[in-house]
Amino acid sequence: MASKFKKDDGKGDPAISTASLPDIVFMLLFFFMVTTVMREVDLKVNVVVPSATEIQKFKNKSLVTYIYIGSPTEKKLGTSSRIQLGDAYAEVKDVGAYIETRRGEHDEAEVPLLVTAFKVDRETKMGIVTEVKQELRKVSALKISYSTVEGLASN
Amino acid sequence: MKNVSPPQINAGSMADIAFLLLVFFLVVTTIDADAGMFRKLASMDEVESQKIHERNILNVWVNKEDKIMIDGKEVELFQVYDIATNFIENPKNDVLLPQKEWKTIPVLGEREVSKQVISIQNDESTSYGQYIAVQNELARAYNHLRDQLSEQEFQMTFEELKKTGAIEKANAIKTIYPMRISEALPIVSTN
Repeated sequence: MASKFKKDDGKGDPAISTASLPDIVFMLLFFFMVTTVMREVDLKVNVVVPSATEIQKFKNKSLVTYIYIGSPTEKKLGTSSRIQLGDAYAEVKDVGAYIETRRGEHDEAEVPLLVTAFKVDRETKMGIVTEVKQELRKVSALKISYSTVEGLASN
Repeated sequence: MKNVSPPQINAGSMADIAFLLLVFFLVVTTIDADAGMFRKLASMDEVESQKIHERNILNVWVNKEDKIMIDGKEVELFQVYDIATNFIENPKNDVLLPQKEWKTIPVLGEREVSKQVISIQNDESTSYGQYIAVQNELARAYNHLRDQLSEQEFQMTFEELKKTGAIEKANAIKTIYPMRISEALPIVSTN
């Protein structure tokens, strides 16, 4: 009976080779490097973009200028919607100048291709969005995109 | 001379280095492929009140309570799609729906093209979510009609047509059903 359950003879299990572990991790690394994009900015406003079904993907991300609108993440700034351009809060009147600086970063040939993308929280009132749209018209940045996630339309 | 083999390099920390890189990329990158609804704003020079015949324009209003009104009637969001589809297509040549004119279109030849325009107006306190939802329904109407025509003519959807690089065919369909959504300025009450 006793011989049926042999005690550990002290040899132990053979070590599992971890030689291929780096290869696996590198594979993961390359996967993430290929499928992801660099984060553009640190968000200072809360943005939950609405969902929609009839959407198109951006063809060239370097041509996109983002305008974020939503309630500020810092509680002490209140809850009314704020605009974020680049890394900082901005007012409606700053939009034109911001678009101009963005244009300066591109070749003249690319300027007509620039798209302004609205990343706007779904609870935002349209008033501020309309004002920004007016500013864009003033600097003739007419190509816009309403950023949405794919999914059934909400509300 | 004795053959000295070079000392083995310990590769044990390779995994750690790779993990470090992996974590770095996980932190600084995002996975979301950005997508959106593309629209073109009217330029400043364009005259605000172009003369458009009343039957050729579909007025969609979204008020401050996110309620939708189309040509004077209050409607629900799910009805927008049907109304818009019927308006754009005007299948029975209704005299109250848009006029059509014969145009020569590359690839497809002589076709009737509707003079439709959809105008979407919003109040200052309309929620962005509802506005986008209505825009989405209107776009769905256009896309449905384009798909339908594309299936009929080229036996594939409009999306497939664009993917296969048949740009001329895709453009022909766009000419028949041009997406004309005017985002007019919100109404300022004048009294």
